[in-house]
Amino acid sequence: MTIFALSSGKGRAGIGVIRVSGPQTKNAVFALTKKNISLNPREMTLNWFYDPDTNEKLDRGMVVFFPGPCSFTGEDVAEFHIHGGYAVVGGVMEALSKLPNLRSAEAGEFTRRAFDNDKMDLTAVEGLADLINAETQSQKKQALRQMDGELGDIYKSWRHQLITAMAYLEVSIDFSEEEVPDDVTSRVTPIIKKLKGDITKHLADGHRGERLRHGLQVVILGAPNAGKSTLLNFLSQRDVAIVSDIAGTTRDILEVHLDLSGFPVSIVDTAGLRLTGDEIEIEGIRRAEQRARDADLKIVIIDVLEPSVPDKLALNHLGDNTLVLLNKCDLLANANHSLAPGASIGCWDVSLKDGLGMAPFMEALKAQVENRMELTETPSLTRTRHRASLRSAEGHLDRFMSAEHAEIELLSEDLRLAARDLGKITGDVDVEDILEKIFTEFCIGK
Amino acid sequence: MINFDVIVIGGGHAGCEAAAASARLGANTLLITHKIETIGEMSCNPAIGGLGKGHLVREIDALDGIMGRVADASGVQFRMLNKRKGPAVRGPRCQSDRKLYREEMQKILTNYPNLIIRQAAVDDLWIKGGDQPSVSGVITDTGEKISAARVILTTGTFLRGMIHIGDERIPAGRKSIANEIEQPAIGLSATLEKFGFNLQRLKTGTPARLNGKTIDWSVCTEQPGDQPPVPFSFMTKTIKVRQINCHITHTNEKTHDIIRKNLHKSSMYSGHIEGAGPRYCPSIEDKVVRFSDKTSHQIFLEPEGLDTDTIYPNGISTSLPVDVQEAYIRSIVGLENVEIMQPGYAIEYDFVNPQQLLATLETKKLPGLYLAGQINGTTGYEEAAAQGLMAGINAARASAGCDPFLLDRADAYIGVMIDDLVTKGTDEPYRMFTSRAEYRLKLRADNADQRLTELGIGIGLVGKDRALRFNEKISKLRLFGKILDDLKISPNEAAKYGLKINQDGVKRSAKILLSYPNIEFEQITNIWPNLREVPTEIIEQLVVDSTYSGYLERQEADIVAFRKDENLILSTSLNYNLIGGLSNEVKEKLSKAMPTTLGAAARISGVTPAALTTLLRYVKRKDKKAVA
Ligand SMILES: Cc1cc2nc3c(=O)[nH]c(=O)nc-3n(C[C@H](O)[C@H](O)[C@H](O)COP(=O)(O)OP(=O)(O)OC[C@H]3O[C@@H](n4cnc5c(N)ncnc54)[C@H](O)[C@@H]3O)c2cc1C
Repeated sequence: MTIFALSSGKGRAGIGVIRVSGPQTKNAVFALTKKNISLNPREMTLNWFYDPDTNEKLDRGMVVFFPGPCSFTGEDVAEFHIHGGYAVVGGVMEALSKLPNLRSAEAGEFTRRAFDNDKMDLTAVEGLADLINAETQSQKKQALRQMDGELGDIYKSWRHQLITAMAYLEVSIDFSEEEVPDDVTSRVTPIIKKLKGDITKHLADGHRGERLRHGLQVVILGAPNAGKSTLLNFLSQRDVAIVSDIAGTTRDILEVHLDLSGFPVSIVDTAGLRLTGDEIEIEGIRRAEQRARDADLKIVIIDVLEPSVPDKLALNHLGDNTLVLLNKCDLLANANHSLAPGASIGCWDVSLKDGLGMAPFMEALKAQVENRMELTETPSLTRTRHRASLRSAEGHLDRFMSAEHAEIELLSEDLRLAARDLGKITGDVDVEDILEKIFTEFCIGK
Repeated sequence: MINFDVIVIGGGHAGCEAAAASARLGANTLLITHKIETIGEMSCNPAIGGLGKGHLVREIDALDGIMGRVADASGVQFRMLNKRKGPAVRGPRCQSDRKLYREEMQKILTNYPNLIIRQAAVDDLWIKGGDQPSVSGVITDTGEKISAARVILTTGTFLRGMIHIGDERIPAGRKSIANEIEQPAIGLSATLEKFGFNLQRLKTGTPARLNGKTIDWSVCTEQPGDQPPVPFSFMTKTIKVRQINCHITHTNEKTHDIIRKNLHKSSMYSGHIEGAGPRYCPSIEDKVVRFSDKTSHQIFLEPEGLDTDTIYPNGISTSLPVDVQEAYIRSIVGLENVEIMQPGYAIEYDFVNPQQLLATLETKKLPGLYLAGQINGTTGYEEAAAQGLMAGINAARASAGCDPFLLDRADAYIGVMIDDLVTKGTDEPYRMFTSRAEYRLKLRADNADQRLTELGIGIGLVGKDRALRFNEKISKLRLFGKILDDLKISPNEAAKYGLKINQDGVKRSAKILLSYPNIEFEQITNIWPNLREVPTEIIEQLVVDSTYSGYLERQEADIVAFRKDENLILSTSLNYNLIGGLSNEVKEKLSKAMPTTLGAAARISGVTPAALTTLLRYVKRKDKKAVA
């Protein structure tokens, strides 16, 4: 297998480097440049890069080839140096993932190949540890965020269906002496048919769900009418939230996707935090709190004109990922800095209505985003990886459904392989999960 | 004082196989057990094999172990489970004559070269070295010290064993066939704790034994064995023991009512038992409670032998008081007038969390001490025997200064089991299932010899007779396999013989034709009549070998990747807390499991690929067993 990954780490404008390693490397270069360019070792050439399926122009950039074994991994390696914007990087990655025998690298896989080929400088690994750790943390967060939402429910149900199907097959193999159903294939087939259908549909869905969830999550919090929606409008420069003076206009969640210094960012406006009896509003506040917990960054807005309103609910969210805005400073003769809370990234006096004092805040926000995104994997990578796993799982389920072989142990093998692929997305499917299902569902015990 | 190379404590299934393996490798071996006459005793059901378990027996046999041959010499009913499914999931099983089994085992062991057997109770380990203690022998309950640098503990359910019947509690290792109490091992538990081993409790149970003369067989369903019986051992040609039938009956609503009414009297339900029992082997109380909508459960009535009337009613193990046992058993069809010869009981015992072991089954804490069998949290004779075999081999090899002999998950079920135990540990009695093996299509009962015997010959574990027979078989398989590869036919031509294959113009070999499920060997002999001369058993094996060829080729790539990680060794003295870049959760998991290879680390749940990359810094490559 030939693997690829973004190795420049940043999704930021400037230069992005995508590294490819493995036997198909040369073909990948030919496919993206649409010509048999001469690949002189370690020589940069300027080229247009195309999507191999659609022939769409993706970017103009440099490519360099390092023949194995004198390369970083010991295999044939190529580097595409392209414009670092999010869309360009995403496009080239997608293009590579369409090529046969190419897939996006697993975490740490380049290093692993270098190690296997005795190419790894062990001292270099030490520095790697911190980076990898940060990467895992942010990936975990990303994964958690996904598992929390609608997508998470879908994934959970897939995993559940698969475990059920596997349990039926395995029970008829390992416990054939027991009083268990012997028409297992007829029970399992509908489950797999549905599962396969779901996956196919999901893959064809234009990855809408995923696009909504990628990027850094920034949540705006504050009491009703503190200026949250005004900030959202300021950031997105168009009227997305209804801004009015009646407290409690934003009852639900509003989300805007922005490009901030070249990084994808989701800005989330939430219901105003206050004690209330209104059931709908309570639900809105609950969701706001939920989004705040999962956020990468939080912006807490405090209305300095209402110091009497103890903004306790908002202040609960202060922490090392919180920026605080003291709004409506223009209307207060001498800004009351006693409001400035302790634990946060920083505190800014602003007037959101006329944009006063916003420049330093924007600087700080951008710096925070860059800081955090540098360590995060580009979402497109996660996405290509997911899609590859799903496609592969789909293939195994296809083989199951075509059932040229009716042998139960082969059907079970198809499902095991599908589970291995799906497990990368939905969480591992372990033999213990299957056994647990068997022992709760069937009375085993000869 | 004589000095032994290896001492094995316990003459159960683990102990017998351990002692024999150690002696086969030439180590001067001593087997100490409570009673000579209980060597090879089957504590529970006199049956060997089954799914996963039968695979283990074949593997033990392939390494010239004794279990398969003893089962063949004592089996009164043989059945190949899943006969109608594919070869990978067929499991040989037999019902043994309990007495014949024991006698055959004792006969083999008492004449085993390099092996001495002694009757004694071991009370303590003899340990030397203050700061870095290691084993130097054992101490019996009479205070006698016997010296050996390697000791294998295979004490089964005896460590602080406690029998429960209703609210009665009796300290015991188990009950003998004569319904006598066998003494538990108390001192050894204390010693293990003293050296910092983490002991936990597990529970298992056994049903009452019935007098067959008082059963109304006419109302039970007969269950015959296979004809002809298929033996376990690759060395056994035919089964000579007389074959008999088993029977099946069922519990009913009345049975369940009695049990439900008396539930509070069961030791399990009155809170006397803290240890976890096996989920796949629940007591009848459990079945009635957990599956309350089932109105009937099946019971296999299995004879314990040819010249005894004792019947083992498989499926109704219990810890209810004796009078309740009698009442519910007599509510069952056919058992209305049955005489109970021995009541059922539950037993609770100590086991050592197997994460404290290396893959050789040597303990990490006390060099020279090996543990095998139920003491490691497993259940079943076959699981015990397989561990015994590996502990015996490794103890003997260590005393001869040789490298460990390990089997991995792609070699054998033995490898799957030991890896599961030492990397993941267990919190219920561990039993083998075929679903535990990710390379199930490769690890078949039929090819255990092809997978393992050569490895065994390589380390001098396999006797001359077997080696000879094995080599003959292999050369025949190679010879005829090559012939089948070389005979080729075009689809066009094949169609003339009535074979339905894709008309794609690609020539196919006889071997490939055989791998198609819809083509029989008979049809192929029409094309090449000479093939009729190939011995049947060789053809059968070749057919089975080719059944999964497509899948197996694909699996090979997985196995190569898997083995790569297995060859990257992690030191067991690694301090994970000092490694930067690992999350606290991962650190904790790794510190607990102390995996010995990168592959094992990967199998611990929660250990991420990123964490594994970090660990690359700390691995050493194993040079032997080079990987392609
Ligand atoms: C009540 C009961 C129910 C069971 N139910 C099932 C079941 O349903 N399914 C299943 O698969 N398995 C069952 N088993 C388990 C099966 O019997 C064991 O897994 C298997 O026998 C374990 O083998 P072993 O060699 O580890 O130990 P054992 O067969 O228990 O042998 C231990 C041997 O060690 C000797 N010994 C112990 N301590 C000392 C000492 N200090 N000094 C000298 N000798 C000592 C004993 O005398 C004995 O010979 C059951 C066991 C019992 C007791």
